[in-house]
Amino acid sequence: MRFFKELKPVIWDEWVIFRRHFFKISISAIINPILYIVAFGLGVTGGTSLSGVSYLKFLLPGVIALTTMNSSYKAISVKLITNRVYDQSFEQFLIAPISIFTLCFGKSLFGAFRGLYSGLLIVVIGKFFNITLNITPGFMAIMFLNGLVFGSLGMLGALIANSHADMNRFGTYVMLPMTFLCGTFFSTNQLPPFLRELVYLMPLTHASAILRSISMYKSFYLGSIFILLAYFILFQTLAYRKCLKIST
Amino acid sequence: MIEVRKLVKKYSDLTAVNNLDLSIKKGQFYGLLGPNGAGKTTTLKMLSMLLTPDSGEILIDGKIVNRKSRDVKTIIGVVPQHVSLQKETTVYETLVLHGLLHNMKFRVIKQRIDELLNFAEMSTMRNKKIETLSGGNKRKLMIIRSMLHKPSVLFLDEPTIGLDPAIRRVIWDLLKRLKTDGLTIILTTHYIEEANILCDVIGFMSRGSVVKEASPFEHMKGIKPVILENFNGNNTEYFYFDNREEASAAAVELDGEVHIRKTNLEDVYVSFTKDRRLE
Ligand SMILES: Nc1ncnc2c1ncn2[C@@H]1O[C@H](COP(=O)(O)OP(=O)(O)OP(=O)(O)O)[C@@H](O)[C@H]1O
Ligand SMILES: [Mg+2]
Repeated sequence: MRFFKELKPVIWDEWVIFRRHFFKISISAIINPILYIVAFGLGVTGGTSLSGVSYLKFLLPGVIALTTMNSSYKAISVKLITNRVYDQSFEQFLIAPISIFTLCFGKSLFGAFRGLYSGLLIVVIGKFFNITLNITPGFMAIMFLNGLVFGSLGMLGALIANSHADMNRFGTYVMLPMTFLCGTFFSTNQLPPFLRELVYLMPLTHASAILRSISMYKSFYLGSIFILLAYFILFQTLAYRKCLKIST
Repeated sequence: MIEVRKLVKKYSDLTAVNNLDLSIKKGQFYGLLGPNGAGKTTTLKMLSMLLTPDSGEILIDGKIVNRKSRDVKTIIGVVPQHVSLQKETTVYETLVLHGLLHNMKFRVIKQRIDELLNFAEMSTMRNKKIETLSGGNKRKLMIIRSMLHKPSVLFLDEPTIGLDPAIRRVIWDLLKRLKTDGLTIILTTHYIEEANILCDVIGFMSRGSVVKEASPFEHMKGIKPVILENFNGNNTEYFYFDNREEASAAAVELDGEVHIRKTNLEDVYVSFTKDRRLE
């Protein structure tokens, strides 16, 4: 009960900004994905097929996975680093009588919501390209879980970083490689073995694998869900511990 | 109400707060004065649980304070030294967030916001974005925000820093009204006049501990009533006397610009901190 009460201000704080910049946020959430679809789906491959299905249909779940990833990561990290380092308003949360755990959890939760929202936008965009996927509650749940993973990663990054520049570097070193390599644009089977194993450690690989399987009525490796859950718990715990120690 | 015992905070090899003891009674308005770097902000940050002390103890309302002490957090209000407001939100949103963070009902929050905006004469700014407010209004907003949940203890870290004299007086009135409400307040400031007007007790802080603590009136007893300032072309020397006659007699002997006046709290402050700064 107290948990939900304390969750309210955390969510409200994020919601106010989301509502204020709704159009900006929506537009910027779809630009990258549309470019990927056009460049790789239509341009490079010209509509050839891969493992039996049209490449566009293969590509879209990958693009959805990376969109949920980027949206939730950015939604949480950009605001948090701004509040913590630039307007120094984050201490308002640390002074307030709410548990730090709820604070961290609330942020991840909203990150997941933002990821889900952007992911669904891409599903709609897909319709314009004449791609219809099998969107089930399970599909949505994985988008959400992926958002939890990367929302909490964004939070962790923004608690550790000392500036926007730090954040950008982290994006370039970690997020960008994942965007391209984790089974989003091509099957990981095409990678050389050592790289394939490396990529298999990354959470996004599992998110895009599950999303792709569900969207094509195929079964998937259940362990992937646990790997995503494990990443979420790991990032969440690290962020919580960092937040307990942080001083402004 | 507030008890601080043997509080220590070190930043690597610099001891910012050094064995600090404080005892502040309920309803007291306590002024913490001292030169830049004396450790005032560090002290207030520990009191408001933004920093963890290296050693020592803080009790507020009889309860030991640490980052998880939720019940202490509900009764304190904090105004930090720097402006700490989200630029993109409005005045109203800023206040609502604070209310929700303190587990207040929406209806109560709205009512309280109307009250406080009125109190601070900011009702017209309700829907303005923070980034469009003047410095004075940002400060006023931070003060009323800290009061929204009706705390019984208030920590104010240089609340009037960088404000023009007129607005400063408006804020003083605001604080005086709070004092009559029975709040326990700790204020830091570099404006001696401000401390003189507002505080019941002033503690002079230097190198991390309070070196002398008394009411403004008592502080004045520790210094002779007349001061002679003599500018010799290079720097000013200060001489203290028991009366004007003695001062005038001494003035005759001096070259350069001479000025005789009554001593004030600022002279007390300077005499306390001067020798220490030179150490
Ligand atoms: N985060 C920090 N890391 C290292 N040193 C710090 C840090 N914060 C403060 N200090 C040092 O601790 C000492 C006390 O600082 P503090 O901010 O408490 O002083 P203050 O009395 O509030 O000064 P001012 O009147 O300028 O606000 C200073 O020497 C300062 O340089
Ligand atoms: Mg200070």
